[in-house]
Amino acid sequence: MAYVQGQTGEWEMVIGLEVHAQVTSQAKLFSGASAAFGGAPNAHVSLVDAGFPGMLPVINKYCVEQAVRTGLGLKAQINLTSVFDRKNYFYADLPNGYQISQFTQPIVGKGEIILDLEGGKSRTVGITRLHLEQDAGKSMHDQSPTETFVDLNRAGVALMEVVSEPDMRSGEEAAAYLKKLRAIVRYLGSCDGNMEEGSMRCDVNISMRRVGVETLGTRCEIKNVNSIRFVMQAIDYEAQRQVEILEGGGEIKQETRLWDTGKGITRAMRSKEEAHDYRYFPDPDLLPLVLDAAWVEDIKKTLPELPDEKKQRFISQYGLTDYDASVLVAEKASADFFETVAKGRDGKLAANWLTSELFGALNKMGKSIEESPISGAALGGLIELISNDTISGRIAKDVFAEMLASGKPAAQIVEEKGLRQVTDMGAIGAEIDKILAANADKVAEYRAGKDKLFGFFVGQVMKATGGKLNPAMLNDTLKEKLKG
Amino acid sequence: MTDLTDLSMTQALAGLAKKEFTATELTDRYIKASIKGQAATNAYITTTFDAAREAAKASDERRAAGHAGTMDGIPIAMKDLYCTKGVQTTAASKILEGFVPTYESTVSQKLADAGCITLGKANLDEFAMGSSNTTSAYGNVVSPWSGEDPANAARKLVPGGSSGGSAAAVAGRMALAATGTDTGGSIRQPAAITGIVGIKPTYGRCSRFGIIAYASSLDQAGAMTRTVADAALMLREMAGHDPKDSTSLNLPVPDFTQALGQSVKGLRIGIPREYRIDGIPAEIDTIWGKGAQMLREAGAEVVDITLPHTKYALPTYYIIAPAEASSNLARYDGVRFGLRETGDSLTEMYENTRGSGFGVEVRRRILMGTYVLSAGYYDAYYKKAQRVRRLIRQDFIGAFEKCDVILTPSAPSTAFAIGENEDDPIKMYLEDVFTVTLNLAGLPGIVVPMQLCANGLPMGMQLIGKPFDEMTLFKAAAALESAAGYNAKPPFVG
Repeated sequence: MAYVQGQTGEWEMVIGLEVHAQVTSQAKLFSGASAAFGGAPNAHVSLVDAGFPGMLPVINKYCVEQAVRTGLGLKAQINLTSVFDRKNYFYADLPNGYQISQFTQPIVGKGEIILDLEGGKSRTVGITRLHLEQDAGKSMHDQSPTETFVDLNRAGVALMEVVSEPDMRSGEEAAAYLKKLRAIVRYLGSCDGNMEEGSMRCDVNISMRRVGVETLGTRCEIKNVNSIRFVMQAIDYEAQRQVEILEGGGEIKQETRLWDTGKGITRAMRSKEEAHDYRYFPDPDLLPLVLDAAWVEDIKKTLPELPDEKKQRFISQYGLTDYDASVLVAEKASADFFETVAKGRDGKLAANWLTSELFGALNKMGKSIEESPISGAALGGLIELISNDTISGRIAKDVFAEMLASGKPAAQIVEEKGLRQVTDMGAIGAEIDKILAANADKVAEYRAGKDKLFGFFVGQVMKATGGKLNPAMLNDTLKEKLKG
Repeated sequence: MTDLTDLSMTQALAGLAKKEFTATELTDRYIKASIKGQAATNAYITTTFDAAREAAKASDERRAAGHAGTMDGIPIAMKDLYCTKGVQTTAASKILEGFVPTYESTVSQKLADAGCITLGKANLDEFAMGSSNTTSAYGNVVSPWSGEDPANAARKLVPGGSSGGSAAAVAGRMALAATGTDTGGSIRQPAAITGIVGIKPTYGRCSRFGIIAYASSLDQAGAMTRTVADAALMLREMAGHDPKDSTSLNLPVPDFTQALGQSVKGLRIGIPREYRIDGIPAEIDTIWGKGAQMLREAGAEVVDITLPHTKYALPTYYIIAPAEASSNLARYDGVRFGLRETGDSLTEMYENTRGSGFGVEVRRRILMGTYVLSAGYYDAYYKKAQRVRRLIRQDFIGAFEKCDVILTPSAPSTAFAIGENEDDPIKMYLEDVFTVTLNLAGLPGIVVPMQLCANGLPMGMQLIGKPFDEMTLFKAAAALESAAGYNAKPPFVG
């Protein structure tokens, strides 16, 4: 557990996250307007989104389905009856003067997320709820020196707000939570999880308490932290800030704070006293949302295999380590890639090549797994050549580099460059004899007890043969021959 | 030949069908009446006579071609709460002055599809908040009943509200029928005190799409006509499920005109004792008794019923309606449409715009609504009001085990003078005492004109039906109408 060291002792962080995940959907939550990212300002706005007189919201069933799928993915309770409420406040980019959200009766209740932590450890974080709500528009303050412009393209886009229990104890855990949540929604396809484009946004609730204390301290909420890295930074900064105040005999003010990316600090936005009174009440334009239990069951049946299940399967089916399995399932694309590579082949070997070689190479090139120049099938071809002793692991690295550069299949490269491993005992013996003959003095030293020279002979033979000899066979034969 | 404006809608449709006159002639006659009547009553905020003449011509062509709609050629007034494509729609508020929708409300579209011709946008209380049509930013509506009778000669009377312009237009022969909306009695109270028929159907019967919202869980469109038969026909055309309104009922719309003329023999008419309240003129009580007697004589059975939570209806209404209004009217912020007053900050712009755009009554209700929804007050007011609302609905469900239709007064007095109830908002709110219960319970109600009172002013009675049972309601209403034989005409007619 990562405690914060203060002047007077150790402190524990208590962290809860509220994540706004934009539902991947063609249309908005209550209108038929496009929910696509980008577009000229106000190009994706219907009369409903713009709050024109007499306009009424009509729920988008697809968005409801995505919320239910996500709820099921979080192993959460699906509330067959939920209610949409109006959250009232005035702002120029909130056309109706209220946001349609879910307050007392959300569509999804309690669930959980299992965090994959360093060293293969895991930890369960409770999900308090998931509810559906509309996004607001965007105020643009940089278009005119005297006026603010409003872009309503985002107004009315469906968001799922996922609220966690205050179960996290470090920035790393918060990061692991976000990564896992992102993986789950991406597996489900209910949200693209893209924090840069704002389709996943995070508010952090954090308070501090002395180690061993059970009660919760006063918390601050940090708004709109838009990357996992910033979440960790904001948490560390805020933890220090709170500890300094508490150790100095001060009290934490319950307030909303803003993460200042430029300065790397959090600063007060509004205090509890200045907080809006949202005057929630059930939206009379919408009937309670009543789901058919059978419909929910049908959705459940069509859920894809999710990261946790996939990880367990990778461990049992392919014999992977917990760590490798975690790394591979973190992104659905890598998991899928892995399975293409590993299918009918040595799973462990496939995992090693993927996590150490391919991921490393992609990282260097700044490419994602989807953009990999080597396909899953092609890497599988390489693994096969290693497994059936056509090439050695060492040669395989050269072949891999060549595959990256040329895009040619492994087998072709091996043939063209004559890299096929020599397994002919006679040929190996002949190569060894040549080296031993040329280094008679070293042979004598070895036989006199200088064991370390064994590596020298191996190196010489490999050098002479371009590394094509089967290493195990070379070792065995060399040992035999050096005995004299 | 009788004046065309004396014909009911049903009679006019028959005349049009028999080619006794054309839609153009009928429309021209009503335009003439509207011009004359407008000067006396201010029933319209916007008139659309040119478009009406065009529409009449098209109607005549359709009829000549043999495919006339069910209401083809009928000139109507459209309450200015219905958004109409290309025609200014104000909700009688300054904040929407000059607002021209690019869209049409579902109900007005349905009426247009049936062949109705819109003469103009009828005046109303601002955002439908009022019972006298004196809160309109476009001037008061004066009842066509003001004037000639010595008792009322010196006084300008209210037409009721909020659908005051609609009521004045229909009663004053300036339109054959009009649309209204009813949130707490806004169709029925003006109908009652101007001597016309007004129906508020079951909540959800008519789409609310494109109708400017006052209190969404209570608002319902309805018809204002001169006869029950006209109301049945018009409501049939207005009603129906609309996928654009999630609260509209997905039920087939029966042909309400089939209910007309059916016997009420054996029908059980409930008389709720709680509607006998202090301070109501004895005459209204007498007319109520007469109405019950008429239905009894027509073969119905009159039974006493109880609606114990009636006395909580007004306070409940004046919590729920303003609460919803405070939220519904938040969109009028000067940012996207309607009035914008500038300011040095966003907040100042809001304050200036809303301060000058909204009238006193609207501001009062926004303040009340904001208050009852505030943290710390929500449970005591809004939540409690919702609970009482359920009790009121249960009262009716219980009562309807004993009866099929309920008969009650519709307004606590005949028309009052403009300015009379202005000093005391609570007194004005009492105008809705017999009507709000239906909105809270979502029930259909119809007002049928009964007779002129001693002061020469009309008074109607209200019939309340079971949810979705407008058929029985129309059956009873037609019987009452036939027995009452009301045929009074106001002093001012267009």
